Amino acid sequence: MLETVFFDLFAGLSVIAGMGVVLARNTMHSVMFLIFCFFNAAGLFFMLDAEFLGVIMILIYVGAVMVLFTFVVMMLEINTARLREGFLQYLPVGGLIAIVLMIEFIGAASSGVFTSGAMATAEHLPQQVNNTVEIGQILYTKYLLGFEIAAIVLLVALVGAVVLTLRTRKDAKYQKIAAQVNVRKEDRMRKVRM
Amino acid sequence: MSGWDMAAQAGIWALEILAIAVPVALSVAYITYFERRVIGWVQVRKGCNRVGWAGLLQPLADGLKLVLKETIIPTTSNKYLFIAAPIISLVPALVAFAVVPFGETTLFGLWDVMHVMSISNLNVGLLYIMAISSLSIYGILMAGWSSNSKYPFIGAMRATCQMISYEISMGFGLVTVMMLAGSLNLSDIVHAQQGGLLHWYMIPLFPMLIVYFISGCAETARTPFDLVETEELVSGYYTEYSGMWFATFSLAEYAAMILISLMTSILFLGGWYAPIPALDFIPGTVWLLGKTAFLIFVFIWFRATFPRYRYDQMMRLGWKVFLPWTLAWIAVVGIFIYTPGLDSIINFWMPWR
Repeated sequence: MLETVFFDLFAGLSVIAGMGVVLARNTMHSVMFLIFCFFNAAGLFFMLDAEFLGVIMILIYVGAVMVLFTFVVMMLEINTARLREGFLQYLPVGGLIAIVLMIEFIGAASSGVFTSGAMATAEHLPQQVNNTVEIGQILYTKYLLGFEIAAIVLLVALVGAVVLTLRTRKDAKYQKIAAQVNVRKEDRMRKVRM
Repeated sequence: MSGWDMAAQAGIWALEILAIAVPVALSVAYITYFERRVIGWVQVRKGCNRVGWAGLLQPLADGLKLVLKETIIPTTSNKYLFIAAPIISLVPALVAFAVVPFGETTLFGLWDVMHVMSISNLNVGLLYIMAISSLSIYGILMAGWSSNSKYPFIGAMRATCQMISYEISMGFGLVTVMMLAGSLNLSDIVHAQQGGLLHWYMIPLFPMLIVYFISGCAETARTPFDLVETEELVSGYYTEYSGMWFATFSLAEYAAMILISLMTSILFLGGWYAPIPALDFIPGTVWLLGKTAFLIFVFIWFRATFPRYRYDQMMRLGWKVFLPWTLAWIAVVGIFIYTPGLDSIINFWMPWR
């Protein structure tokens, strides 16, 4: 009962936030709606006993990826008048996709898979079952190769990003912090007899 | 579950939340008083001592003044986000307290087993704290952007860069705690440090304690790192704010400071355990709050002692000193755990193994 209430809350709010992302005129408002949407998705993960995934969702998507999004959106200069120019041009294709999706949704909803009796109702796991441990164990044993490949790809991307942006100017002056710290009074000051 | 049960459950939750949020708000008010008195003492002057006995009513007077001041919303600002920004920065600071365990109790023998005194004893408590406290960036970014003015915008960029940089070394520092405790549950981490001063994680992880606490200073923009909001750099991201909305930002900052102090006590200073097991007759909550109060004093002490960092020096400290340091310490702890012979040393701090 309480669970259904919370499910409806999170699911409803994430749908509303998702609509806000698309419909908001201001791109900054869209970003905020997207963040709110991720939050509600994390709430849904929590309700499925997947607390690790829920927290990681907030930590990675909201805490890191969306900050990057926000930065990029802030730096963009958006011309609203030009943005609306192509509206009629894209309307037929966009409308067609929307209609096809709508038909699919109605078909799926009325197919009987989602009726209340057909859904699996699993019991909640006790608190002793720690899904962080479970995910760690399966990730580092069964899927170790995939995990390592992902790690190498990320490392290459990281090094590549650093190499692409690293420019050292020979004529610029750089500080040597160690030399600054090591300086003594005698090096800089001398007594002058007047 | 019937409607009445749900109502009762909601009532219990509301009481639990109030039991945490109200003391936090009150202690924020009195930390400002404490701060002014301590800095006054350090600088050999009086501090506030006029309102009430020894100035004890000063925070209330300040609060009243801030409430009565006019809130100015700039006409060219983005109004929704301008109003939302202080709330976005305050809410994560308070929500993070949901998983903090304040001690263990049997409620004067009413329960048979010890219960952890927290709103939610989450299995991923440590990650939750990291995730929620990383959200306060949005309040700052929104405040700077929605003000539609160049100094707040520059200030917001500077603050965001600072918070992102120090979050990384903070997270890596916590990885070593996870390695020793073998759990992300905050009460399990405290349990792993049972048995007196020598079992506390400040002994094997002393460099991480330093990194975590200094990074906490940078995260909450406290003094050596307060260049994001200092007056001489045009108050950073909240230049355009006034009255109660301005106060909301400092409320969030002080709440974050309490949280960092609480987390440092829980993760490195043995949580609710006494330094000597013989002293455990004093309730654990007293020990935890005492350690926290000491760390808050250290924050204020920093403020009275250290000059402000320059921006490039601060970035250098975060990326070139703390990050390699924490990564090296992760490797050291890992080698200790898995090398035969050395693992008998580290097992002293890993009782669950």
